[in-house]
Amino acid sequence: MLELKNLSFTVDGGERGTEIIRDVSLTVNDGEFFVITGPNGGGKATLARLIMGIERPTDGQILLNGREITGLSVTERARLGVGYAFQQPPRFKGMTVRRLLSLAHGNPLPEDVCCEYLTNVGLCSREYLNREVDNSLSGGEMKRIEIATLMARDLDVAIFDEPEAGIDLWSFSVLVKTFKSMSRRKHKSVIIISHQERIMQLADRLAVIADGTVADLGTKEEIFPRLMNDLNDNCGFREG
Amino acid sequence: MLENFEKELLKTIADISGLPDAGAFNIRRNGESAGRHSTENITIEPKKDKPGIDIRVMPFTSHEAVHIPVIVTESGLNDVVYNDFYIGEGAEVRIVAGCGIHNNGECDSRHDGIHRFHIGKNAKVTYVEKHYGEGEGTGARILNPVTEVYMDEGAECEMEMVQIKGVDSTVRDTKAHLAENARLLITERLMTHGAQTARSDVVINLDGDGSSAQIISRSVAKDTSEQIFYPRAVGNSRCRAHVQCDSIIMDSAKIRSIPEIAANHCDAQIVHEAAIGRINNDQLTKLCTLGMTPEDAEQVIIEGFLS
Repeated sequence: MLELKNLSFTVDGGERGTEIIRDVSLTVNDGEFFVITGPNGGGKATLARLIMGIERPTDGQILLNGREITGLSVTERARLGVGYAFQQPPRFKGMTVRRLLSLAHGNPLPEDVCCEYLTNVGLCSREYLNREVDNSLSGGEMKRIEIATLMARDLDVAIFDEPEAGIDLWSFSVLVKTFKSMSRRKHKSVIIISHQERIMQLADRLAVIADGTVADLGTKEEIFPRLMNDLNDNCGFREG
Repeated sequence: MLENFEKELLKTIADISGLPDAGAFNIRRNGESAGRHSTENITIEPKKDKPGIDIRVMPFTSHEAVHIPVIVTESGLNDVVYNDFYIGEGAEVRIVAGCGIHNNGECDSRHDGIHRFHIGKNAKVTYVEKHYGEGEGTGARILNPVTEVYMDEGAECEMEMVQIKGVDSTVRDTKAHLAENARLLITERLMTHGAQTARSDVVINLDGDGSSAQIISRSVAKDTSEQIFYPRAVGNSRCRAHVQCDSIIMDSAKIRSIPEIAANHCDAQIVHEAAIGRINNDQLTKLCTLGMTPEDAEQVIIEGFLS
C-alpha cells in the first residue's frame, strides 16, 4: 500500500517559489490499478517522480506498506519494491536489451524469459535481444523496452509515466492487454499516468491531478461522466 | 615456466592462461620468447637483424588463429619489438596480440610494439590488441604501439584496440593504406585514470576505388587523466569513410578530440562526428530505479560504453 500525506513540492522561482504539487493526499491499495490523469503541466509526472524519490517533497510524507520512505534515496526505494518507467527513457550506448532486462531483474535472465517480456510489449523478441539500447532504436521501441524493464521485476508499486506516448495503434492494443494481465498477477499495485481512455477503462480508481492538486478522485464509474462533462464544457482542462 | 600472475596477465590481455594447446603462437616475456609454435599454414620466425618476429600466413588459410601476446614483468625493462605480418591471398586469420605490464618496482617499464601488416588480395584479418597495466611500484607502465596496415585489393581488416586500464602513458600511432575495394574497421576503446595520459593518432589513406573505412573511438577519462584523439581519414579515390569519436569525461579529466577528414577526389564521401560529455543524469537515475547504487550504476554505464 502506498500513502501520500499532504505532499507538496515547490521549486525556486519568484519570491515564494512555484508550487508544482500542493497538499496532495492519496492512498493506492494493494492490488489496485490506479490511473492518474489530468491536463498537461498539472503535476502528474512530478508526483510520480516524488514517489520514486527522483524529486524530494518540500513538505508531506510518503509511506510504503506503513513505512515512511520520504527520506529514502531512489536506490533504497527501488529495493523496497518501487519501480518507475520513464516517460522519456534514457539510452545507453553499448548496453544490449538483454543486459538491461537482466539488470532490471537483478540476475541474468534466460533468453526465453527475456523474449516473453519483449513479446508482451509488442516487440518481436529475438530481433531485439542483442540490439543496443542506443540511438538506433526509435522512440516507440525505447518506450516498450522501458515498460519491459518493469515486467522483469516483482514490485509493490509499479509506476508508468505515459506508457502509451509514441506507441503505434497495433502495439498499443498489445500493451493494453499486458497492463490488464499485469494488474492481476505481476505487481501488487500499478499506477499509470495516462490520457488514454482505454487505459483509464482498466482502472479500479482514477485521480485527476490539475494545478498540482487532486481535482477529482474516485472509481471510473464516478470519474468518467464528470470528466466527459468537463471536456464538453470546454473548461480549462483542454487549455491546460 | 610462467608464474601464476603472468598467466593472469595473459588471461587479461589474450584470453589464454599459459601456452595455447593448439594454433600458432609466440609469447614474449621480458624481451624474450617464452614459447613459440608454428603450424602448417602459419609460420612464426624470429627476425635476424632486430628484435621481433615475422608471421607468415599461407594463401587461402581458412579460419586459423595466431596468438602473439607480450608481457613485461621486470621493472625498468624497455622492450622494443618489430613484428611483421604477411597475410597471403584469400587467407582468413584471427590475430590476438596485446601487452600486459606488471610493474612492482620504481623504474619505468615500457613496451613499444611496431606492427606492420601486409594483407594480401581478398584476405580477411581480425586483429585484437588489449593493453593493460598493474603492479604496486611507482615506476610508470608505458605502451607506445605503432601499427601500419597495407591492404591489397579486396582485403578486409577489423582491428579492435583496447586499453583496459593501468597504462600510465601511451602514444598510439596507426596508419593504413587501402587499395581497391579494401575495407577497414578500427574500433578503439580506451580508459584512463589517475594522472595517466593517452594520445592516439590514426591516419587512414583510402587510395583505391571502392575502398571503405570506419574508425570508432570510445573512451572514458577519469580523475586528472588526459586524452588526445586525432583520427584522420584521407580520401584519394572513389571511397567512403566514417570517423566517430565518443568520450565520457569524469572528475577533472581533459579530453581533446580532433577528427579530421580530407578529400583529394571528388567521389570521396567522408563523414566525421565527435562528442564529449559527462554520464547523463537520467542514465544514472534509471539504473538507480532498478536498485543500483549511483556508484554501481556509473560502473555499469562505463562497462557498457567500452564493451
